[in-house]
Amino acid sequence: MNMRVPAAAPATPNGTSRPQVSIVIVGHVDHGKSTLVGRLLHETGSLPDGKLEMLQAVSARRGMPFEWSFLLDALQTERDQGITIDTTQIRFRTNAREVVLIDAPGHAEFLRNMITGASQADGAVLIIDALEGVRDQTRRHGYLLHLLGVKQVAVVVNKMDRVDFGEARFNDIKAEISAHLEGLGVKPVAVIPISARDGDGVAQLTSRIGWYKGPTVVEALDGLEPAKPLSSLPLRLPVQAIYKFDDRRIVAGRVEAGELRSGDEIVIMPAGKIAKIKTVEGWPQTPVTAAQGAGRSVGITLDRELFIERGDVIAHVGREPQAARRLHARIFWLHDQPLAKGDNILVRLGTREARGSVVAIEKAVDPGSLSNEENASIARNHVGEIEIALTQPVAIDPYTENARTGRLVIEVQGRIAGGGLVLSIAAGKRAAPVDIMPVESALQPQERADRYRHKGAVVWMTGLPGAGKSTLARALERRLFSRGGAPVLLDGDTVRAGLNRDLGFTPEDRAENIRRLAEVATHLARNGHIAIVAAVSPAREDRAAARRVAGDLFREVYVATAAEICESRDPKGHYAKARAGNLQNFTGIGTDYEPPLDAELVIDTATRGIADATDELESLLSKTGVLFDDIADLGANI
Amino acid sequence: MPRVLSAAPTMDHLDQLEAQSIYILREAFARLKKLALLWSLGKDSNVMIWLARKAFFGRVPFPAMHVDTAKKFPEMYAFRDTYAKEWGLDLKIEPCPPIDAVDPTLPPAARSAARKTEGLKMALAKHGFDGLIAGIRRDEEATRAKERVFSPRGAEGNWDVRDQPPEFWDHFNASPPQGAHLRIHPILHWTEADIWAYTARENIPIIPLYLSKNGKRYRSLGDQDITFPVASNASNIAEILAELESTKVPERAGRALDHETEDAFERLRVAGYL
Repeated sequence: MNMRVPAAAPATPNGTSRPQVSIVIVGHVDHGKSTLVGRLLHETGSLPDGKLEMLQAVSARRGMPFEWSFLLDALQTERDQGITIDTTQIRFRTNAREVVLIDAPGHAEFLRNMITGASQADGAVLIIDALEGVRDQTRRHGYLLHLLGVKQVAVVVNKMDRVDFGEARFNDIKAEISAHLEGLGVKPVAVIPISARDGDGVAQLTSRIGWYKGPTVVEALDGLEPAKPLSSLPLRLPVQAIYKFDDRRIVAGRVEAGELRSGDEIVIMPAGKIAKIKTVEGWPQTPVTAAQGAGRSVGITLDRELFIERGDVIAHVGREPQAARRLHARIFWLHDQPLAKGDNILVRLGTREARGSVVAIEKAVDPGSLSNEENASIARNHVGEIEIALTQPVAIDPYTENARTGRLVIEVQGRIAGGGLVLSIAAGKRAAPVDIMPVESALQPQERADRYRHKGAVVWMTGLPGAGKSTLARALERRLFSRGGAPVLLDGDTVRAGLNRDLGFTPEDRAENIRRLAEVATHLARNGHIAIVAAVSPAREDRAAARRVAGDLFREVYVATAAEICESRDPKGHYAKARAGNLQNFTGIGTDYEPPLDAELVIDTATRGIADATDELESLLSKTGVLFDDIADLGANI
Repeated sequence: MPRVLSAAPTMDHLDQLEAQSIYILREAFARLKKLALLWSLGKDSNVMIWLARKAFFGRVPFPAMHVDTAKKFPEMYAFRDTYAKEWGLDLKIEPCPPIDAVDPTLPPAARSAARKTEGLKMALAKHGFDGLIAGIRRDEEATRAKERVFSPRGAEGNWDVRDQPPEFWDHFNASPPQGAHLRIHPILHWTEADIWAYTARENIPIIPLYLSKNGKRYRSLGDQDITFPVASNASNIAEILAELESTKVPERAGRALDHETEDAFERLRVAGYL
């Protein structure tokens, strides 16, 4: 047994009990952020040996007087151009704190890097040049601190030496920035006059700022508190993955709020399925009996087999997040291409990835200039409020209820393009009630399998209109029925005439159409039927979603008949209408069909007769364990 | 259902570091198709393997790859062979090309170290990994301090320092373009002292070269010919931690490749070095 040894070292590093805080230095370009960082390290005796000499050499090589900023501006291009491009971190220690200092670039061009740095901070120092005063990046950074949830802000008015340490100038700037921040709901913990280059106000108050009676920068940093885990809020465990490395089925994730332990009654959102935590798993010791609080990465097993996937949120019964498809958010935008109404986007909420679209844009504004702007789109580095419609219900909290789960990011082409806070949620009519308790069938799967001589399955036929899906599906249905089986045909058009009557042909509606088909087919398959789905289902992602719903039951069949042949057949007259311009969004002409990359079976009906193709389908079902080979199976039962 | 408020034990500093690293490892495993963990055999990557075993309940579900310069200390090879077995790792050992294959404009030690970059590229081409988990830390070196947790690399393994994507709130950019890969850095936020404190707490085995012998010990391990010990009397982890408390010597002082010219290490990293 691999037991933990008694700690040979104190639990906090460096033998201290100082809390660690992360602090970001932000502000307009050239107002002295990197210089302040250098000065702080110097004044607290935190520079490694040789660093000062190295900086002198680097400065001299570039023909410059001593430059503190080279300490953090480590990249050649940063040193050559004299600007900070990317965010960085460095550590030092005060009497009361281990400080992780995050330096963030001031150029508007590198706002994404400022956000990367600032999002990790517990508190911030906003720096303002006494000569230049409040500038657009000052305001923009102030606004972003508020959006990023950084509430502890100290303001320093730097380069006081350049305004002869004038108290009046300092008070003007103090009044302006305090008003701006308080308008955002942020009250600065201090406003401090300093000269980062000379050291006034950084670690000590000098006679040159004798009129100032507040804290030094170091003292202000000592007053900042590390972020506290959200232990007292309701449990939120976003699911990262389900592991089946051995006979355990472990649901893994990080507790974002609240706490859990074995025996807890939980609800899995957005589906609203209810279960109990059987065990909390660990390594090297397992199971873990202590409660697991906010901030812990955990693994749990449940008392029953439920369909659960990455992106679901586990909560306690009665205290769960809402399930919704529409939400209102305040976001910042970092992508070159403005975010516009109608844009299709990928949203990440916790571990959930959901597609959706921007239904409305309100209050798009440049937080630097503070002028109200157009409402049609949100430009790069601007902020705005938007309404998002998602293609599937997801579990969400407004940020006012949970600052960690109430935020989202938006991705464009695989790259994070923006992010923000969930202001409110419109609980859609499709949101699941939380107290649903699935009722299981009275029959055992084996009872049905004995009668039908097959297991349940979803045979998903995809292909262009006219490829022969319905024809093949009907042939397979007849074949299975003839051998005593229980097939059910789910034709896309037929289902659209009833269950899916409310859906159109936009990408969102198509996704929902497929989701419902998949749910119905899976339900049938779980009850022993072979559900034969014949649907164009052009989007690869939608079919992948169907496969996720059906899991092991899924068999994808690509009816790969060439497009010209499909059009020449045109059994429903759709191609003709589309060519005449009377049918929008018709797959085959108007929108792209994405062929499967890993279908279980590919059939080209141009080169294969119906009987042959049906044989192939039957053989697929035999080989993959759906159909029982009669003789062998009887033999096995004797 | 009434609940007692916070019956959970509070998390200390090491618990927080551990939980964050496990979160990152699980994100990488969930979002990438073919991962490998780069095992340099040093104290940092040993902690990383330990964290991966915690994240995945004892089993590391991807290969541990040692890109071998064939110039490591014998103690390192012995350690590798012992613990690859004991920890049940899927160990992949990949060779590095001879020095002639490496950019001749680099200063000598950096050029020697750059063999590893080339070896890494060959291994990537051979296995088709889309994610490499690497044990670098921000406090080691100034360009590493600017890294992302999920750091995209070009098709040649290169790092575009001018255009790193935004990364916030533990949302990572996990979609490498076709042919490129991601570096994942699960212990970026740890310090040298954190590594030692955690190694002691978890009782993780270490290579004895880290402990003082005849007044010297290695703080950082690399190729034998370009890595040098520092003066130290620390002969156990508690003494190492006490030493770190007061030292002003940087951790990589004994790694010649860092110090040859101002930009040598950045050039290595931009080209794909760790």
